[in-house]
Amino acid sequence: VKYEELYCFSFNPKLDKEEREQGWKLVDLNEEYNRMGVPNNYWQISDVNRDYGVCDSYPTEVYVPKSATAHIIVGSSKFRSRRRFPALSYYCKDNNASICRSSQPLSGFSARCLEDEQMLQAIRKANPGSDFLYVVDTRPKLNAMANRAAGKGYENEDNYSNIKFQFIGIENIHVMRNSLQKMLEVCELKSPSMSDFLWGLENSGWLKHIKAIMDAGIFIAKAVAEEGVSVLVHCSDGWDRTAQVCSVASLLLDPYYRTMKGFMVLIEKDWVSFGHKFNHRYGNLDGDPKEISPVIDQFVECVWQLIEQFPCAFEFNERFLIHIQHHVYSCQFGNFLCNSQKERRELKIQERTYSLWAHLWKNRADYLNPLYRSDHSQTQGTLRPQMAPCNFLYKFWSGMYNRFEKGLHPRQSVTDYLMAVKEETQQLEEELEVLGERLANLQKSKVNDNKVKSKQQDRSKQLGLSMSNNSLANTPQEYSNDLKSFPSRTPSQGDEEDSALILTQDNLKSSDPDLSANSDQESGVEDLSCRSPSGGGCLPSEDSGKDSDEAVFLA
Amino acid sequence: MMRSSQPLTGTNGRRCKEDEKLINATLRPGKRGYIIDTRSLNVAQQARAKGGGFEQEAHYPQWRRIHKCIERFNILQESLIKLVEACNDQSHNMDRWLSKLEASNWLTHVKEILTAACLAAQCIDREGASVLVHGTEGTDSTLQVTSLAQIILDPRCRTIRGFESLVVREWLQAGHPFQQRCAQSAYSNSKQKWEAPVFLLFLDCVWQILRQFPCSFEFNEQFLIMLFEHAYASQFGTFLGNNENERSKLKLVQKTMSLWSWVNRSEELSKFQNPLFEANSLVIWPSVAPQSLQLWEGVFLRWNRPSKFLDEAHEEMINIIKYN
Repeated sequence: VKYEELYCFSFNPKLDKEEREQGWKLVDLNEEYNRMGVPNNYWQISDVNRDYGVCDSYPTEVYVPKSATAHIIVGSSKFRSRRRFPALSYYCKDNNASICRSSQPLSGFSARCLEDEQMLQAIRKANPGSDFLYVVDTRPKLNAMANRAAGKGYENEDNYSNIKFQFIGIENIHVMRNSLQKMLEVCELKSPSMSDFLWGLENSGWLKHIKAIMDAGIFIAKAVAEEGVSVLVHCSDGWDRTAQVCSVASLLLDPYYRTMKGFMVLIEKDWVSFGHKFNHRYGNLDGDPKEISPVIDQFVECVWQLIEQFPCAFEFNERFLIHIQHHVYSCQFGNFLCNSQKERRELKIQERTYSLWAHLWKNRADYLNPLYRSDHSQTQGTLRPQMAPCNFLYKFWSGMYNRFEKGLHPRQSVTDYLMAVKEETQQLEEELEVLGERLANLQKSKVNDNKVKSKQQDRSKQLGLSMSNNSLANTPQEYSNDLKSFPSRTPSQGDEEDSALILTQDNLKSSDPDLSANSDQESGVEDLSCRSPSGGGCLPSEDSGKDSDEAVFLA
Repeated sequence: MMRSSQPLTGTNGRRCKEDEKLINATLRPGKRGYIIDTRSLNVAQQARAKGGGFEQEAHYPQWRRIHKCIERFNILQESLIKLVEACNDQSHNMDRWLSKLEASNWLTHVKEILTAACLAAQCIDREGASVLVHGTEGTDSTLQVTSLAQIILDPRCRTIRGFESLVVREWLQAGHPFQQRCAQSAYSNSKQKWEAPVFLLFLDCVWQILRQFPCSFEFNEQFLIMLFEHAYASQFGTFLGNNENERSKLKLVQKTMSLWSWVNRSEELSKFQNPLFEANSLVIWPSVAPQSLQLWEGVFLRWNRPSKFLDEAHEEMINIIKYN
């Protein structure tokens, strides 16, 4: 498949050039950083990467501590995998704590880099309220240690002054890919028993991984909000787990990201601008099946889990999340193409495709959460999910993984009902106003020729969204033969977005050896401690010389 | 729909003309009837050795017998104990939670009972056929099936008064042995011979349907939880005793207050009303797929899970509707 063959290049919503441009301007990251409160006395914008000369997967503009000179940045980038040096992800203006992100240091067993150490110091100093910095490695410890043998690894507390180092083990992309696959197998069972289902779900480990990501986000949010300590987050390459964890933490910390607009901004910031490899991860073109992994899907699910725990805290609803996830795979819009900002600019994505955000924004009435009120206590400040006990708080997301089996879901939608009520309330308020004015006029003019026409709203029809589900409510399953047979496995008419572009068995191509053994196998990292039972092959090493990614684009 | 206990066919294959006449009288002209036996075929066959049994085709030719196995009450008690243990487990461990939940089999029972009830309802609604439901004694699984089937079929059972009548009719008057079943629940030190969460399971099934059809019930989750609590411990006499006979002997009507007289006061009732309720005349068919059935957190996790945010959401919901 070539890029030009992707849907977004032929999709035509019949907007003019200016509307297309406006659509792309809807999310402005400069505005966002300003909103956070930078640049300021501690943070500055750096254009050291203006031609992608320092790091080709980073954006042209990054925020760094004031004391981080270009020399320090460049030096640090040489000591980081993929040259992804520490840069600002989130700044908390209340206490100057920040979340920074990077990739792993190329420390091996004993290598040091003065500039990288200075970089971390600079980050620490940018927060005068704290005398140390957390460094969070989101990999399992064993994986990180294995990376040292390949000349990479993690920060040694002895070398970096005043850091507190922390592993928070989230498994790698291969484990996640397999986990999703197993869970989808369960979803596709013909008529599973409760045991089949629960066993299958547990066996996939999926919810365990979701919880791991969430726990990492919670740890970081706590460090920032409660301890006032800055955090540097990385994994291996700093574009998967790092993105998940930084965005979850930001969401917990800042209510802005729980609004519709804020959420779009969050994804643009931590996923799009910081070079999450959309092309590789979601198989937009035919690529290496081992690069495919449901990374953003997991993030989106974390958000859904939070919506379930905090129903009033988010401006958007479940449908918003599902549609975003859908479009990561649909390629109908250009936001999630390529692997980096550099590539997207080279392909002139903004001139040739349309922005998903504009599309969603136009339809935002469908995505609102009726229970959200910006002045509600639940929407203010930091979200604090219960830490323990909490296993039962993570639920299976049937709205996503059995999305098109409408019969499986509640047959009457509380969200839709409440939205309809609110709409009607609004209409009634407007009518009331109009009638009020007319009344005032009547009293003034004392003339009877204005007959007040009031539209009789058929209330039951208006609120009767439950009525529209009659057919579904009135359709029994096959109870006698234990056949799961709700008629539609295809998208029903109600769902506007087109059909099944969710990861299915086929996409996942599961012929990998078991790569979950003790090594970090994110893209390209050579696995030197392959202990997979089938003795299967290792991944292409990072230094394999052949730059296969580029070849795909230019084809 | 009728309910009974098992026929006493025994090993000799006894028959009883009066019994046959009685249930045949309910047959619609030209239609067959269904007998839903809540025991597996094996168990039903084994029952003969003790003098019980099932309706033989030869004697009840116009009835088709279906076995829809629902576990015996003592098994349900073991399930509950395991479930409660799982819920009280304070460890962080995600893995153990799901396997413990699975090992308790609680949701499996929910699925079984709902399926049997849906089947009974289907026979009536879709086939227009009469149904007879029984297990062994007709005091446990039988009642779960008949009462749930009515909730599916009859919108009046989804109103508050209708549901109260349903409980009175299908549980109290039908003779579910509340005193035996709801003495100790899951925390007893000694093993209870007759204890079983049969009524709780029924309420759980109602909650599952309520969750799937949130606009179709006049009452809310709190109402169901309140009934659960009062079945086990109550200052009212409604759930005392094992049947009407005992209640009459105990002179409960003279000596105690009725739960309903308190619940139905408007200030109490307002706590139990579902703000999303829109009366409809639908037959509502719940999904019994595993994805559709959830653990009833409001009961089983009530002490472990903060309800603050969910309560706020409920309040917000009420505000939206009230303001309208």
